[in-house]
Amino acid sequence: MAVISRGFGSRRRGSNPDLPPGQYLTTDFPVLSAGPTPEIDRAEWQFVIRDETGTRHEWSWDAMMALPVEDVHTDIHCVTRWSKLGTTWRGVALDTLFAEVETSYDYAMIHSYGGYTTNVPLADLLDGQAWIAFEFDGEPLVPEHGGPARLLLPHLYFWKSAKWVRGIVMHSDDDPGFWEQNGYHTYGDPWKEQRYGDS
Amino acid sequence: MSAWLTATVVAAEMAIPDGRLLTLDVPGWDGSLPGQHLDLRLTAEDGYQAVRSYSMASYGPAGHVQLAVDRLPDGEVSPYLVEELMPGDQFEVKGPIGRYFVWRTMQSEPVQLVAGGSGVVPLMAMIRAHDDSESAAPFRMLYSVRSPEHAYYAGELATRVGERFRLDWVYTGRTPNGWPRPPGRIDREIVEELIIAPGERPTVYVCGATGFVEAVASLLVELGHDPLRIKTERYGGA
Repeated sequence: MAVISRGFGSRRRGSNPDLPPGQYLTTDFPVLSAGPTPEIDRAEWQFVIRDETGTRHEWSWDAMMALPVEDVHTDIHCVTRWSKLGTTWRGVALDTLFAEVETSYDYAMIHSYGGYTTNVPLADLLDGQAWIAFEFDGEPLVPEHGGPARLLLPHLYFWKSAKWVRGIVMHSDDDPGFWEQNGYHTYGDPWKEQRYGDS
Repeated sequence: MSAWLTATVVAAEMAIPDGRLLTLDVPGWDGSLPGQHLDLRLTAEDGYQAVRSYSMASYGPAGHVQLAVDRLPDGEVSPYLVEELMPGDQFEVKGPIGRYFVWRTMQSEPVQLVAGGSGVVPLMAMIRAHDDSESAAPFRMLYSVRSPEHAYYAGELATRVGERFRLDWVYTGRTPNGWPRPPGRIDREIVEELIIAPGERPTVYVCGATGFVEAVASLLVELGHDPLRIKTERYGGA
């Protein structure tokens, strides 16, 4: 039985079945990053998937834009407890990029400009669950929110949707990425409230 | 991850016009590193719960846990913590959380702290840990506040200033009488004058509201600080 806090609860917000446990609704879009926001020129931007043979599958900005672009309407959930419902994005599905990648490895390490990494099972990147997103709410994605392009992986806590994404390296094991080494859960399912690691 | 622990409010004092310092007694608390945060859970009589994260100004193995809470006008939790909570009241906490925005006594490089408003809280834990240790690492903080009345820990900070810790203030709204600089935000000139130079390879910790952190971190990078040595913590939400 939880401790009752005397007099708490008069300003509560309505409950919402779309909110995972322990989350609250926000209408703005908070920014959370470990360091400064990098400046990335689209002319120099590149996205690379590297498989276990060392083969590099590369896309320039123009090559990425030439791929089929999807509209994505989704809720997003930050481990710091805000959720934002009904957001609108545009991007290229990871299914499209992985169509030309042959790998027997089951895990992906996502790499970003600026050095950030996060680990995701490959199965979570496929079947219409993940995109390289470059538009938010009808506008080009601004740098504070990960522009020019970020991973969009909305079924996991939003730190997994790496900003300023630059590539994926396939791994045989589920090695921890940056936040995962710094106290956060290795998988991060908001509906199971997988916020923090064991230690 | 540790379980929820019962926290009892030992002291609750207004520290700035819209913010309060809370001191908590938490039996079973294992301690924290300077810079870490915790989750705080409130439960209403009918079982309704709300959870928020707060940085700690306290650190170390034992003793009381200390938080600062700014009252957000449309907040659900912070007005309760600032206006209604009294000593003796209880809620729950879980943590500590985060191993990135921390300072460890083994770090020997110079440390520059940049605080905006209540962003001073996790940096205060670092200043206390540094002052209490034998660390020879130079510490310096640039603390931006709206006015002198809006500074958390002004008295304690003054007592900790010395050879190993230098403190500089920026006032964005109103300065003390006779202050040499007009009120204004941290700009390029201030960074050049009051921040440890990039050549000394400091680790820089920046904490405050999103706009503040974005602006300061961008200036630091422009002026030659290594982005990998700039650690940021932003707060937002309600």
